[in-house]
Amino acid sequence: MIGADVMIALPEILMAVSAMVLLLLGTFIARDSTRLVTWLSILVLGLALVLIVSEAQTRTTAFGALFVADQFGQFMKALVLLGSGLAMVMSLGYVEREQMSRYEFPVLLLFATLGMMLMISANDLIALYLGLEMQSLALYVVAAFRRETVRSTEAGLKYFVLGALSSGMLLYGASLVYGFAGTTQFDELASVLSGDTVSAGAVIGLVFVAAGLAFKISAVPFHMWTPDVYEGAPTPVTAFFAAAPKIAAMALFARVLLGPFGGLAGEWKQIVIVISVGSMLLGAFAAINQTNIKRLMAYSSIGNVGYALVGLAAGTEQGLRGVLIYMAIYLFMTLGTFACILAMRQKGRMVEQIADLAGLSRTNPALALALALFMFSLAGIPPLAGFFAKYFVFLAAVEAELYTLAVIGVLASVVSAFYYWRIVRVMYFEDAIEGLDRPLEPGLAVVLAISTAVITLFVFAPGIILGGARLAAQSLFEV
Amino acid sequence: MVNFPILTTITFVPLAGALIIFFINGESAQVARNARWVALWTSLFAFAFSLYVWFAFDRGSHRFQFVERAEWMQDFGIIYQMGVDGISLPFVLLSTLLTLVCVLASWEAIQARVKEYMISFLVLETMMVGTFCALDFVAFYVFFEGVLIPMFLIIGIWGGPRRVYSAFKFFLFTLTGSVLMLVAILAMYVNAGTTDIIVLLEHPFPPQLQIWLWLAFFASFAVKLPMWPVHTWLPDAHVEAPTAGSVILAGVLLKMGGYGFLRFSLPMLPYASDLFTPLVFTLSVVAVIYTSLVALAQEDMKKLIAYSSVAHMGFVTAGLFTLTEQGLSGGMFQMLSHGIVSAALFLCVGVVYDRMHSREIATYGGLVHRMPIYAAIFMLFTMASIGLPGTSGFVGEFLVMVGAFQVSTWLAALITTGIILGAAYMLWLYRRVIFGPLVKDELKNLLDLSPREIAVFAPLVLLVLWMGIYPSSFTEVYDASVANLIENYRFAVHDEPGIGLAGALGR
Repeated sequence: MIGADVMIALPEILMAVSAMVLLLLGTFIARDSTRLVTWLSILVLGLALVLIVSEAQTRTTAFGALFVADQFGQFMKALVLLGSGLAMVMSLGYVEREQMSRYEFPVLLLFATLGMMLMISANDLIALYLGLEMQSLALYVVAAFRRETVRSTEAGLKYFVLGALSSGMLLYGASLVYGFAGTTQFDELASVLSGDTVSAGAVIGLVFVAAGLAFKISAVPFHMWTPDVYEGAPTPVTAFFAAAPKIAAMALFARVLLGPFGGLAGEWKQIVIVISVGSMLLGAFAAINQTNIKRLMAYSSIGNVGYALVGLAAGTEQGLRGVLIYMAIYLFMTLGTFACILAMRQKGRMVEQIADLAGLSRTNPALALALALFMFSLAGIPPLAGFFAKYFVFLAAVEAELYTLAVIGVLASVVSAFYYWRIVRVMYFEDAIEGLDRPLEPGLAVVLAISTAVITLFVFAPGIILGGARLAAQSLFEV
Repeated sequence: MVNFPILTTITFVPLAGALIIFFINGESAQVARNARWVALWTSLFAFAFSLYVWFAFDRGSHRFQFVERAEWMQDFGIIYQMGVDGISLPFVLLSTLLTLVCVLASWEAIQARVKEYMISFLVLETMMVGTFCALDFVAFYVFFEGVLIPMFLIIGIWGGPRRVYSAFKFFLFTLTGSVLMLVAILAMYVNAGTTDIIVLLEHPFPPQLQIWLWLAFFASFAVKLPMWPVHTWLPDAHVEAPTAGSVILAGVLLKMGGYGFLRFSLPMLPYASDLFTPLVFTLSVVAVIYTSLVALAQEDMKKLIAYSSVAHMGFVTAGLFTLTEQGLSGGMFQMLSHGIVSAALFLCVGVVYDRMHSREIATYGGLVHRMPIYAAIFMLFTMASIGLPGTSGFVGEFLVMVGAFQVSTWLAALITTGIILGAAYMLWLYRRVIFGPLVKDELKNLLDLSPREIAVFAPLVLLVLWMGIYPSSFTEVYDASVANLIENYRFAVHDEPGIGLAGALGR
């Protein structure tokens, strides 16, 4: 039996083993091993991606039903692995330039990614917590990775303290749920928590679990850490934060709400609607006055989580599909944007003020065009992919008759369009004070090319993402 | 040629041209020259194809023709479907013609970043033609909204001193309206299960839903048209936009609002359209009178023409919502006529702006002494704008008034005052710019129109006269579609209580 279980969790086991081997390798080589370890980590991520994609297309559980492999997990893990891999590719140049060249960095990112994959595949509250903490611990460390700078250290500490608080809430909620339902296993929870007589204690537990998870996706009102951590953490780490962990946490959120707590949909929908509206509005209004582009992207990510939650609030298969499509497109938009931010160097020094982009359309037309496309896409202007991402979540909301939510959402997207377009304005309508350094690092160029291609060509060939999302959403609802 | 996707070709040829320009590299003067030529040939090509469609179009039928259909996003019922009927075809031609005119008109006026400029215009052409050809709601919305990006850049990069403010105002106004329309589109899809416009045109929407849908569409089209009181973005955008930007804005983008009413609000939501007709009439009358008065007080030529556009669009909405044969036909004709005339007027301003770099009326005076050809052309378009018989403006305004009279004498009387005021502000403008003594020294060395400028104006002059003298060549294209629209509308609202208003209310 154990053999079969291992086969089901093969990608995770591969990641765990390789991460440890790479840790040893880094220690033995010691000197100048970062580049090698990073490339090997990327290779491992690629291998895991291949394994994930070639997995069987049916739902199977392993290790006493603590671990589940299904198409939903496949889709989300593929996104997470892509996000981690591309973020690592982007980090190569920065890490060497900014004295962050320590081999632990890629290894920690590998462990974080492993944690995310476990989160996505968790089929039990305990397994969920293990995955979540594995991810979080690694992330606390990388946030503070530039320990000689105050900003980075502060970001790491803030993230750790607030993260620990949220984990506490989550655990408290999980214990309540266990106390009232008598099990922590998702499938059993789903059957216990369905029907008319659900105890109030379990509902309170649900609220705490939801609060803990809302922290991880940085939804309002649990978003406070996001701007500071995004701004303070080294930029490649921020890029990593904005992509993979968001997707993993969103997957977990969707699985927990729709799976074990599916019977309590009436209760959690109210919560999701409130945090969705809050996130969209805060993401839209708070970003207007930001001058630091990383901080701006933090608010943007809060807003984007709000939009994705619109789909979840519908609580339907259609809605879940919208969420999946949204996260897939969001991944490329955000990675592309951060590739542009990582390219913001003047005379070898990183800059991160929006004003530093002035006149970029003259000094570096290609980069300016790419960033403008990402901004238009984030603002949801067709024919770019970002529009379709929003279209499908709002479609689900309208189908579920959540008209008010949809209207608030589209109006918030107009407000947020204002600050995205402000960046375009700075690049295109203003004169250059000082250009950015050229040429672009190859790693960034690759990520930029991939992301730009995805967001511009999606309209011509939407089938790949839409089809994958359909199968993934179905798999979660068939159970 | 039967299965040749000609509408897709017209739509995407400009995009292909933009891609070619994008990959032009080298020394900047060389790049600029090549970009201009590629843009010229691409727009000529698109125009030639649209001319073919114009002549091959079967004028007796109200059905969609040249329909192309392909799968796009099956799971969501979204298809890629293109086609034209009598209502959309004239706008397709207007878009391709004006883009061509704009490329020519910008030949020398634009010297900075020519490559980006031509790319923007070609992308804009793709979006415009696509908007009028799309027969799927999502495709329509994609094109309709896609217009924002190139237009924002055109105003913001090549515009005047307050260009940033104007560009943002333009985009925020339009986007706010459009996103509400997006929610309406979603609601329509949920109700009807498809985004296929041909199917939706037949689909009866419940009256209660119609009201909300109509308001959402109205939010988008009223801003785009623009109607009073959401017209305030237009004068700013026009004043700051480069000449060619104003031409496209006035010539085509404003028509998207009117097209929206004709294509969606009236045929799909007849109950709500009937209900809100008084509102539209009121806003139209206010627009006609108020903006005409405002136009009288303008010191800036472009601003004056911009306000006159709002007034003329008031005529259009009044005509469309009379739902009479004459009113609808007049509204259609007025849109086409205004597309040509206002475009030409902005080009006229552009001619002197290129020479003097001022749009102030007070800068000029006595131009007739130095620029007789220019004065004659400007005269023609001024008269067309006023609605002199024999020009295109007359036909549209006359038909609208005939339609309005059938509905309400008051409506007709009130919008007629707009014509009188229109004559006042246009003639006064002409008097101040062209006539009078030539006293200002800096005006004494002005040159008359160059051959290139004459070539730009020639097709517009021809069209204005043709439309004025023999309007049937144009009305016959859309007569069948308009008649069909009215028939269906009356059927839905009045004649058939079982299916129409009363029956639907009873449900």
